[in-house]
Formats: sequence, structure tokens, C-alpha cells
Amino acid sequence: MLQTHDLRYAYPGAGALSFPDVALAQGEVLLLSGPSGSGKSTWLALVAALVAPCAGSVRVAGQEIAALRGRAADAWRARNIGFLPQKLHLSAALTVRDNLALAHWAAGMPENPARITQVLAALGVQSLAGRLPSQLSGGQAQRVALARAVLMAPPLILADEPTASLDDAAAADAVGLLLQAAKAQKASLVIATHDARVAQTLAALGVSAPVLLPLQASAAQTDEVPA
Amino acid sequence: MKTFTYAWRYLWARPMGALLNVLLLTLGLSSITFLLLVSHHMERAFDRDLAGIDVVVGAKGSPMQLILAGVLHLDVPPGNVNFAAVKALEKNPLVAQVIPISLGDNYQSYRIVGTTHAYVAHYQAPLAQGRLWDAPMQVVLGATVARKLGMAVGQSFAGSHGLGGTGHKHGDHDYQVVGILGATGSVLDRLILTDSASVWRVHEPAHMDLGEAKTDHETDHDHHDDHNDHDADKALPDDKREVTMALVRYTTPMAAVSFPRWVNTTTDMQAAAPALEVTRLLHMLGLGTDVLRAFAGMLLLTAGLSVFIALWSAVRERRGDLALLRMLGAPASRIAALLLTEALWLALLSSLCALVLGQLFVLGLGAMLGLESALLAAGMLWPSTLLLVPALAVLVSLGAALLPAWDAYRSDVLQLLQSRG
Repeated sequence: MLQTHDLRYAYPGAGALSFPDVALAQGEVLLLSGPSGSGKSTWLALVAALVAPCAGSVRVAGQEIAALRGRAADAWRARNIGFLPQKLHLSAALTVRDNLALAHWAAGMPENPARITQVLAALGVQSLAGRLPSQLSGGQAQRVALARAVLMAPPLILADEPTASLDDAAAADAVGLLLQAAKAQKASLVIATHDARVAQTLAALGVSAPVLLPLQASAAQTDEVPA
Repeated sequence: MKTFTYAWRYLWARPMGALLNVLLLTLGLSSITFLLLVSHHMERAFDRDLAGIDVVVGAKGSPMQLILAGVLHLDVPPGNVNFAAVKALEKNPLVAQVIPISLGDNYQSYRIVGTTHAYVAHYQAPLAQGRLWDAPMQVVLGATVARKLGMAVGQSFAGSHGLGGTGHKHGDHDYQVVGILGATGSVLDRLILTDSASVWRVHEPAHMDLGEAKTDHETDHDHHDDHNDHDADKALPDDKREVTMALVRYTTPMAAVSFPRWVNTTTDMQAAAPALEVTRLLHMLGLGTDVLRAFAGMLLLTAGLSVFIALWSAVRERRGDLALLRMLGAPASRIAALLLTEALWLALLSSLCALVLGQLFVLGLGAMLGLESALLAAGMLWPSTLLLVPALAVLVSLGAALLPAWDAYRSDVLQLLQSRG
């Protein structure tokens, strides 16, 4: 599902980061660990084809994406990457349903109301479809953001610090929900986090997740990487 | 199409800011609409009222006053001229037609104009009711006059002295309405037309008892000796009679070179070319409209700045949202288009408001100054120059949106990932 080989990225005016190779099968979970500034964001951006590596390869679902540029990269990302950001960035001007429709618009696709209803129902937030983000609780908002991430049925879901600022119970819920959503989509899941509770929750749920620590692999220039 | 929907929602997610921007743009644009409309109305009025009148001959004084008084019926005339001298113009080979105009009285502020049937024919005014006058003291009402005063054929009224509404009444001289003209959109609509002889009868010391119908001045003249004069017991011959001015049409355009000079040097009268005087008038007004235009430009510039600030802060505020859209696969161009569409909505809304407001301003001005169907046409006009308004609106709002859109276009998703919140 996801293979990287000899992946390197160089920030302008700074040294290169090199990442250890990854091989993730379909439906597997990868934990991307390490403190902030360790290159987690860069790795996520490389895998999402947001930035191009200076060397190495990234293959997702059999396709080499390291060479994708511009609109081709955008179109590819729309269909292959589900993204759950730390800050949810639900559009305050739009209802829950329209926030999901906005993902269709972003992907350049016609709105698919049936699919929106389906993913909202799968996450138990169908009844909130007409509400504005400001009318949602934190947990509800996270479910809506997750629904948006899986809307296009992507083979790979990237979650960025999904448990930050959550209490223990909510954090466990969030991880469980992510696993459930990924499983329902038969998607591979990458969780970028420095929160030890995520690993504990995964272990408690009996999910084996390899841990990738970009910090160990990166060269001494990590200090110069913008945080 | 969805882009328009989302842009609309984003716009009204900040209702106060959106309203302020629409308001500011509308202020600037409606001023421009107003200026465009007024100049169109005036040019139309001048074109219509001046058409076919090559030169106006009247008393010496301000030539512009002569045109304003005699052709547009806005000002008072500089004085009267000898009727015989005016008639003599007809003998000039350069002159095709002479229409005498006699002013002096009004009824309810509508001017009573003594003239000949040629004046009605000149503006191709159709008769809506009745007939043209065939004797002095018979009048034909312009369409606006008849409508505003609610008068009908057969009614009679006494005129008041002067061209305003407050002169003393000529109680012993009643005019009788014999016809009503159809609307022409020209100056005739707001005039009361009668035979030149009516004006003489009301104003000259002679009280001519022309009971029997006399259609033209020749016959009037022939019968002068029959009439009683209070003071002199004498009717007046043409060379003692006066008219206010004469509208002259040339036989050849070449006459414009020599005829006015001939009039100005060899007679006691002056010749004023309407085209020339109106150009002069518009030039003088132009200085005023230049100031207004500059003011409108300033308003528009302020509006543009406000739109810029609003969109700029919107981009800053929604930086994360926009970056997330990139993460969801939206090309940078689609994000930029979203911002530009938001600006287009502002342009569209403010253009509509400005066009409506501008028209209302003009209607209001017309009603306030009583210029309805004088300089400003009664209805709304939609000249093609008004296309400038939406064009300016799009130009200003898109111009203001360019930088924010560019900023959104370049939004760095990686930075969003790294900032983590």
C-alpha cells in the first residue's frame, strides 16, 4: 500500500532530511512519532504529494507519486489521501453537510449527497448535518472532520495529532474511531503524534503499529528545520 | 457553479463587513451612475430640442440666455425684437424658415408661447385631442401641461404675467383650450402654445377685438385699423410689434459662416447658434461634473481599499481552511477563484444597488427641481454608457481581490501542517 525508499527532503537553505524506509500493507497502521520539529510534518507532506522529495521514491497503492506535480498531484491527493488535521478547519460559514460537500468541490467532483449521508451516518453524526460547526461539541466536530477525511474513500488516511488537547477518555475514543473508520474503508492509517497515549491505546486494542521515528533517521541539521 | 455558492456563503459569514463593502462600493458607483445618467438625459434633451434649429435671432445680450430662454424654455429672454425685422429675415436667401416665439405669460408656471403652426410641425408633435388654434386666444396644451393641470379641450383660463407663477393675472383675457398635443419628449410637452397675436393682444396697450378668426399675422395686420386702442386708438403695425425671438433654419449649412455675422452687424438683433452655446454650456457644467467625478472616483477608491482589507483579512483568517482545501485536493487556482468570486459577488450586488440608486437620484432631482421633461426625461433611461458601472465595479473589486487571491494561491500547506493549529 505505502512504500518509501531512501526518501530525502531538503528545505531551502537548510540541510537535507532523510527518512527511513517504510512498507505499510493495506489496512495496517503506522505510528509516526517524535517531538515536534522532528520532520513528521515534512514526511506527511511528502506522502501526500504536497511537496516533492529531492531524492527517493514514494509509492502509494502501486503508484509512484514522488514525481507528481501541480494539478496531477492535487487530483491524486483528492482521491488517495484522507486527511485529519489537528485543528479541524471546518468552515464556519458552512453547515456540516456543506463542509463535506466542500470536499467534493475541492476534489473537483460533483456533490454526492448519498455518499455524504452515508459517511455521516457511519460516524453517528447524521443528525448534525444541518448544523454549523460552531454548534458542535469538540467530539462531534472531530467526527465530522473524520467523515470529511474518508468521504472520497481514500486508500490512505493521514491523521495529524488527533489526540492533542483531548482528555484520556476522549483521546482513546478518537483513536478508536480512527481505527474504525480506516477499517471500514479498508484504508491504511498513519497517525503522526508525539502523544504516548496513542501507542497505549493501540496496544490496548491489540493493534500492532510499527513506529517510525523520523528524528532518529534525520541528520544533525534537524535544528534548522522550521518548526 | 458551486464556487459561486461557497463564495456567497463565505461573503455573508461576515455580514457586517460584507454590508459595509457593498455600501461603500454602492456609494461610489451610484455617484457615477448619477453623473452618467444626468449627462445622458441632458444631451438627449439638447439633441431633441435643438434639432433643426440652426440659429436663434433675438435681442442683444447673452447668446446663451437667448438659447436657454427660447429653445429650452429654461431662462428668461434678454428682451424683445421688432417683428418687422424678424419678418425681414425671411427674405434672406440663406434662410429657409423663421418661427417667431413670443414669451411673456404663464399659466400655473407653464409658459404660454405665442408662435405659428410651424413650431408644432417642427417638433412633429401629433395632436392627441382637438385641433390647432385658428384664432388668437386659442391655445394648444403640451402633453405634460394637460396631464399635470388635468385640463381638457373646451376649458378656458386666464394667464399670469411673467414666466414664473406669481405675476398678476390678465383677468380680462381668457385663453380657450382647443387642442392637446401628444407627448413628444421634447420641450413642447411643457408649453402652452398659442398664436403670436394672442400675446400681442394681452400685452399691447391696444385691445384688439379680433372676434372673427384670423389665422395669421398678415390678416391681423390688415385689420389693425379696425381695432380700438385704449391710449392711441391705433392698432400697431408690424414695425411697432415685438416678438421675443425667432428660430431660424438655414437653406444651406454654409449660412452658419455668414448669417450670424450679418445679423450681428447689420441689425439691432443678435444671432446665437444653439449647437455652439450648448457646447459652451456643457463645457461649463463639465467643470462641475469633473469635481463630482473626482469625488466619485475617491469614493470608489476607498471602497476598493475596504474590499482589499476585508478580503486580505479573510484570507489571513481562513488561511488554515484554505490550506485544508489544498490538502483535500483543491488546486491552488480553485482557491484563488473562490476569493475572486467573493469579490465578484460584491461587484454584482453593488452594481445593482448603484444602478437603482442612481436612477432614483435622477428621478428625485427631476421632481425636486421641476425639471421633469425639461432637461431630465420623465422616465428612466438606460443608456449603454451605464455598462461602465458594472465594469468599474468588477475592475475595482477584482483589483482589490488580486493580492489576497494571490496570497491564497500561494498558501503553504506544509506550513499549516507544521504550525499544528
